Amino acid sequence: MPTFVRTDKCDGCKGQDRTACMYICPHDLMKLDKDGSETGHAMKSFNQEPDQCWECYSCVKICPQNAIEARPYADIVPLGASVQPLRGTDSIMWSIKFRNGTQKRFRFPIRTTPEGSIDPYGGKPDADIAKIGDTGFFVQNNGYRAGDPSELIAK
Amino acid sequence: MAEFGNPEVVEEEVDILIIGGGMAACGTGYEIMPWAQAAEAAMGREITIKLVDKAAMDRSGAVAQGLSAINTYIGNEQDPADYARMVSNDLMGITRDDLAYDLGRHVDESVHLFEEWGLPIWKLDENGERFDGSKGMTPLADGGTPVRSGKWQIMINGESYKWIVAEAAKKALGIDRIQERIFIVKLVNDKNDSNRIAGAIGFSVRDDKVMVYKFKACLLVAGGCVNIFRPRSVGEGQGRAWYPVWNAGSTYAMAAEAGAELTLMENRFVPTRFKDGYGPVGAWFLLFKSQATNAFGEVYMVRNKEMLDDYPPYGQAAVPASCLRNHLMLKEMKEGRGPIWMDTVTALANLRETLTPREVKHLEAEAWEDFLDMCIGQCGIWAGENIEPEKKNSELMPTEPYLLGSHSGCCGIWVSGPTDVGAPADEGLGEGIPEHLPSGWNWGYRGMTTVQGLFTAGDGVGASGHKFSSGSHAEGRMCAKSMIQFVVDNKDHVPELAESVDDLVAEIIQPVKNYLEHKDYSTAIDVNPHYITPRMLQFRLQKIMDEYVAGVATYYTTNANMLEQAEEKLAMLKEDSLKMRAKDLHELLRAWENYHRILTAEAHMKHIQFREESRYPGFYYRMDKNFVDEENWKCFVNSVYDKESKQWTCFKRAHVDLVDKSKLFK
Repeated sequence: MPTFVRTDKCDGCKGQDRTACMYICPHDLMKLDKDGSETGHAMKSFNQEPDQCWECYSCVKICPQNAIEARPYADIVPLGASVQPLRGTDSIMWSIKFRNGTQKRFRFPIRTTPEGSIDPYGGKPDADIAKIGDTGFFVQNNGYRAGDPSELIAK
Repeated sequence: MAEFGNPEVVEEEVDILIIGGGMAACGTGYEIMPWAQAAEAAMGREITIKLVDKAAMDRSGAVAQGLSAINTYIGNEQDPADYARMVSNDLMGITRDDLAYDLGRHVDESVHLFEEWGLPIWKLDENGERFDGSKGMTPLADGGTPVRSGKWQIMINGESYKWIVAEAAKKALGIDRIQERIFIVKLVNDKNDSNRIAGAIGFSVRDDKVMVYKFKACLLVAGGCVNIFRPRSVGEGQGRAWYPVWNAGSTYAMAAEAGAELTLMENRFVPTRFKDGYGPVGAWFLLFKSQATNAFGEVYMVRNKEMLDDYPPYGQAAVPASCLRNHLMLKEMKEGRGPIWMDTVTALANLRETLTPREVKHLEAEAWEDFLDMCIGQCGIWAGENIEPEKKNSELMPTEPYLLGSHSGCCGIWVSGPTDVGAPADEGLGEGIPEHLPSGWNWGYRGMTTVQGLFTAGDGVGASGHKFSSGSHAEGRMCAKSMIQFVVDNKDHVPELAESVDDLVAEIIQPVKNYLEHKDYSTAIDVNPHYITPRMLQFRLQKIMDEYVAGVATYYTTNANMLEQAEEKLAMLKEDSLKMRAKDLHELLRAWENYHRILTAEAHMKHIQFREESRYPGFYYRMDKNFVDEENWKCFVNSVYDKESKQWTCFKRAHVDLVDKSKLFK
């Protein structure tokens, strides 16, 4: 389902040097066509290598204009379907349209804390350098499973 | 002024370089800062750290798209030894118990952090009714009960899994220690010690800059390897690989060139997944209790049960090894009883009988979320083919082969393990093991490869497997500690690059030179006798691997003669890789990714050639040695690569059980 960019919605992230989709694509697929020489659409982005698209939807989810959609792989999937998300701060809404017109909508939670609120070391102890050679991490979070020593038959 | 083909060269020296931005790198990023601070006194100064990622950490690595489950959570009720046993049996008996056990005792710590940071984890209430992760129920760390889809897996609402884990890592490291869109291409050994690592070189995929790093220690965590075999989809759909298409074997290739000992590179993973979209089957099998059948509705795991007896004891555990489950399915396909179906209709109908009305209402959403959280493309196929899982079954298909060390595969790099679990300290060097390599399973620093200062985690660590997202994070954290220790122990060491910066830069931009020098020779930019496009080179690699090294074209079969052909063709491909062209920075990225793919593919081929048996039936078959030979081959096959002669040396290392495997079969 390679992604494509809608000409009527993409604003090239308002003339910045890099677009949000370029920033996020894990495979470096999204490209801003600054002068229109590659697509005929200046200052809009495009998927420069659709057959390398993993369909991870990272660009679709991050686009501030909702300008990016995905068209199921033409070499596999019958035409007419779409799967489109709207990602908020605590949940994501999916709209699914079938080839036969059936529609489905789902909303799922995506995180339980406000975005950007993680305080990685808040309330955590300092590392104790005397323990650097021991097992376990600098912070104990009730997750260390010491195990039954008798299970280690070669020890 | 820097321009394409004449880049600015940026040199930087740090104590520790982290190459990659996935789960393992994020684990290291989080764990390393407190230890770095604690070690300042011993070091006499601040320890300098940098992380470089070829993508953006928010969505890089195998978890970029999200996940619908955390596949490794031990819980209070299981022992790390149980986990090590499961890992071993699934990988046909040859794994490092020390590594699996160590991971098993640490991994839940990371899962508890994920939940604290905001990852929604499904829970059961006191009546055993299940709820999604947004309901504020008791956290796992305080005794909350997860929804187990299998013995080791727990369900999550994981669309933002990576985003959350990356936020913690980025804040921990601080933005000044992170540089994104830097693709590292090559590690550089130390001038005064060829078995030590001193630097790395790469380039910016955004600006005309080549980056040269010098360091005391380095964590190489750049994922597994995808697209070395011709994929089943060869048109637009070839990007819809099961594992992320950007995993280019960089971890294995760069480590091999640096001289690191690799292990079990013959191992591969051929997941059976929903056809074409490669949607996950775990929740369907384990949570929804669905069954897979042949065209006639016969459950092949029952129909072909006796085939498991051909592979004692691995076929006889409660859960037979993954490859053997493929083995039983392939019989149906080869004998003409396909297609293979996932019977979603019956599974969902049965669940309606047992769940509460509220849960039933949620069931359809759960089935879709399983894909939407981690494999959206499969939903596109369902929608395009008018498939509603409660009304219509879906086809299953074994994929093209993948190389990885963190999922249900165990190829990778040979690393130093923990010292307190009874691992052999001195195994005595066997025949053919190069003398400079360590003896025993630990040599001082957990997670260090056989090259001084070079560490790895996640997909990089071989002979373990089944660590998945959470385990990779935990393994990265373990490396954080040992790298700090290594840096303190080597505080007076000054790294010196064995190669000149000018030579290294010239090598990196060679594909650009190839292009600029020859581009006007022909009118068609892609057809030119003086260079090969990275895209065509990849096709050539995929064709060789598919046809000779047990890809889908031959139903995963090969033999010594076919491997000999592959060897010859791969050698020429490796030569031709010097003629790859790069017409822009994006293509330079692809060129070097594909160079890494070639080396990884070659390692895979050489290991299959060396191991004269078929250890993983269902994943690949050496038809000339189509048996499991416990007497001669229940051992690790390891190798080292000589980048000067471009030759591989394969050798055996002894396997030892550190936990009692017979418990699996009682």
